[in-house]
Amino acid sequence: MELIRPGTRFDFIGKKKFTLWISVAAILLSLGSIFFHSGLRYGVDFAGGILIQIRFSKVTEISEVRSALESIGVKDSMVQNFGGESEFLIRLEKASGDLEEVSKKIQSSLQERFKDKTLEIRRVEVVGPKVGKDLKRKALWAVGLSFLSILIYVAWRFKQVSYGLGGIVALVHDILITFGVISIADLEYSLSLMAVILTIIGFSINDTIVIFDRVRENIKKMRKENLETVFNISINETLGRTILTSGTVMIVVLILFFFGGPVIHDFALTLIVGLISGTYSTVYIASPVVLFWSKQVTSKRKH
Amino acid sequence: MLRSLKWRIIFYGAATLFAVLLFLPTLTSELPPWFFRVIPTEKIHLGLDLQGGMHLILEVEAEKAVESYVERIKNNLRDDLRDKGIPVGKLEREKGNQILLEVSGDKEKWEKILSQRYTIFQELSSTSLEKGIWRVSLVLDSRQAEQIKKGAIDQALETIRNRIDQFGVSEPEITLQGVDRILIQLPGIRDPQRAISLIGRTALLEFKLVDEEGNPEEALKGNLPEGDIILYQRYVDPKTGGTKKIPYLLKEKTLMTGEVLKDARIALDSQFHEPYVALEFDDIGAKLFEQVTGANVKKRLAIILDDNVYSAPVIQERIAGGRAQITGRFDTKEASDLAIVLRAGALPAPVKIIEQRSVGPSLGQDSIHKGILSTLISAILVVLFMIFYYRVAGIVADIALLLNVVFVLGTLAIFRATLTLPGIAGLVLSIGMAVDANILIHERIKEELRWGKTIRAAIEQGYHRAFITIIDSNLTTLIAAIFLYQFGTGPVRGFAVTLSIGILANIFTAVYITRWVFDFLTLKLKVKRLSI
Repeated sequence: MELIRPGTRFDFIGKKKFTLWISVAAILLSLGSIFFHSGLRYGVDFAGGILIQIRFSKVTEISEVRSALESIGVKDSMVQNFGGESEFLIRLEKASGDLEEVSKKIQSSLQERFKDKTLEIRRVEVVGPKVGKDLKRKALWAVGLSFLSILIYVAWRFKQVSYGLGGIVALVHDILITFGVISIADLEYSLSLMAVILTIIGFSINDTIVIFDRVRENIKKMRKENLETVFNISINETLGRTILTSGTVMIVVLILFFFGGPVIHDFALTLIVGLISGTYSTVYIASPVVLFWSKQVTSKRKH
Repeated sequence: MLRSLKWRIIFYGAATLFAVLLFLPTLTSELPPWFFRVIPTEKIHLGLDLQGGMHLILEVEAEKAVESYVERIKNNLRDDLRDKGIPVGKLEREKGNQILLEVSGDKEKWEKILSQRYTIFQELSSTSLEKGIWRVSLVLDSRQAEQIKKGAIDQALETIRNRIDQFGVSEPEITLQGVDRILIQLPGIRDPQRAISLIGRTALLEFKLVDEEGNPEEALKGNLPEGDIILYQRYVDPKTGGTKKIPYLLKEKTLMTGEVLKDARIALDSQFHEPYVALEFDDIGAKLFEQVTGANVKKRLAIILDDNVYSAPVIQERIAGGRAQITGRFDTKEASDLAIVLRAGALPAPVKIIEQRSVGPSLGQDSIHKGILSTLISAILVVLFMIFYYRVAGIVADIALLLNVVFVLGTLAIFRATLTLPGIAGLVLSIGMAVDANILIHERIKEELRWGKTIRAAIEQGYHRAFITIIDSNLTTLIAAIFLYQFGTGPVRGFAVTLSIGILANIFTAVYITRWVFDFLTLKLKVKRLSI
């Protein structure tokens, strides 16, 4: 079976001026949303606070839970429906004081109040503010260092810094856009979304390397062609693979999105966006960066 | 070539069999005992997010251990100086690690005591006030302070281990994290609150005399007699449900602590059938208790746990034999937990819970079910798609996918790694990359065929070319994963582990094993047309 006919020649690179503006607009929109919301909405994992997930055996109104919390003086909490009808998420962002005590108080008083409905406490997370800060710092280090190592490895394997740079710029592009969607959809940035970001990094760089690899091979064969044409041919030659791979992965993520339950929902949504961006950025970000860089370097050498 | 085909299948077959055996215990629990003597593995451990349980991070407030050490030295110093007939005025602890002392009398005498017996303190300053009174400021040697802190953290770790052991949790994990943090993982725990109060409690048991001359009401108004403190007895009023507080005026000096305990057990009061905790002292403790009770007959001895007065019975007579009891209004659970913490010993410093995550067993089950369901559906779809698009070659790729999962699970089992939700995400990513590897190979073989190569040459070239790409893209991801592991924490690490294993397995299954199948088809079965 052939998905893409051999000899197909879409002019991908030729549209780079147009797509560049799309990317710039998307990134500006992302940054704008993050700025407008004054940063990401960090979950308890990163911001510190209390999260309690409860489930009643009988149908319960959200207002009942709210008033129960208010009656014990817990005012600044957020209650939201989660999954089933009688399942709720109570969230309290409070970075100081004895969180453990507050959590204990909430749990015992809810147990007391809803005795007849057999309340089940399904999940409790109490995170001190220091822990969240540590987590943020360590995650940044981990991502930063892995970027640096990718840059070095790719530059070494392809014998040119520009390829490493192209890969990294594409990664940054994908991450910014994914964060933008997280911000626009007002998702809570938690540890599981962090895992998504990591997954997107993995896919995006994988995709980029596949095309770069073909470019490396074609450069040797097509000595007379200019680099831009080589890129275009390479992208076209690997187009079938790109569509097949992204397609199969997209199937998996869509299934996660529809069947994975509420915990996975945000996870899958973010992943979908990241995948699209990751595939797009290989063609329209990583490749143009290499081309731009090579042009700059060669033109300087001529002078 | 054929010979190598045979050896290759023997090697691949053996590796696959080994991987299957490694995670067999995860699938079934009915394995004969000899199995485990041959195969060094266990069930794959599920993370707390999947099987339910509690994850705690405690911070040991080691500074407090230094404070209480200085406090003890301060009390010693007062006794020492008074024994030598040196008048002592003000004597206070300052800033956690300093002692402020006002003495009068023979300067040489008290200087000698300080320099000989209190060498771990350095004199910060000494100023002459008036009438021969000197004000001396002492500071604890910083190396000594560091050692006390380190000792406190080590001991806290040990004590918590003991408590959890006695509480009876299967496969707990208790480790030091960083300098002063303790990470505790308790899988499958049903009552997190109870576990927290058991682990987090300082459990400092003290015996102090009640100041019979003083008046608690007066003291509360601010006229606290020197060398006295006020502590409270708290209990829940069964009628109103509120907590009542009764103040006690106590001599500050601690006569005995829980350090001299040999055992603590829950027992039932024969009259009222109320549970209490029976204490048994070791030899030193028994002697000390005998001395203390003998010297204070008809006085009240307060039994204090973590600054709460539990009871203050009147000493009727000298008590020999080294036994005492803590009564209070306990229920059986409370009393047995109290016995556990007393047996395991006090924490040398209070601990603060800085992170707690607990997942109920039902939620973990839900996550597993949904995870398995969606993984199965997507796996089936991907498998079908590969067969639909690549025909026979698709089946080959599907075998590679299946083997990939087998190898990852087998490796997880042998390294006793834990499978968490982010770990599953890592597994899914590596499966995605495995699909990609096969697509790369197949597309390349098709291309080579189009360029008019023979089947053998196309396979040869296809694998050779695609291999470079696969190695580059997989290694790049692997390098990133290694850094994530190295610098990440908990969940990030779980992701990095399965991803790394998945990538390594991927190169083996998607590249080498499928290659064998293609070689077998073309060399041995002499297939003339490739169904790809």
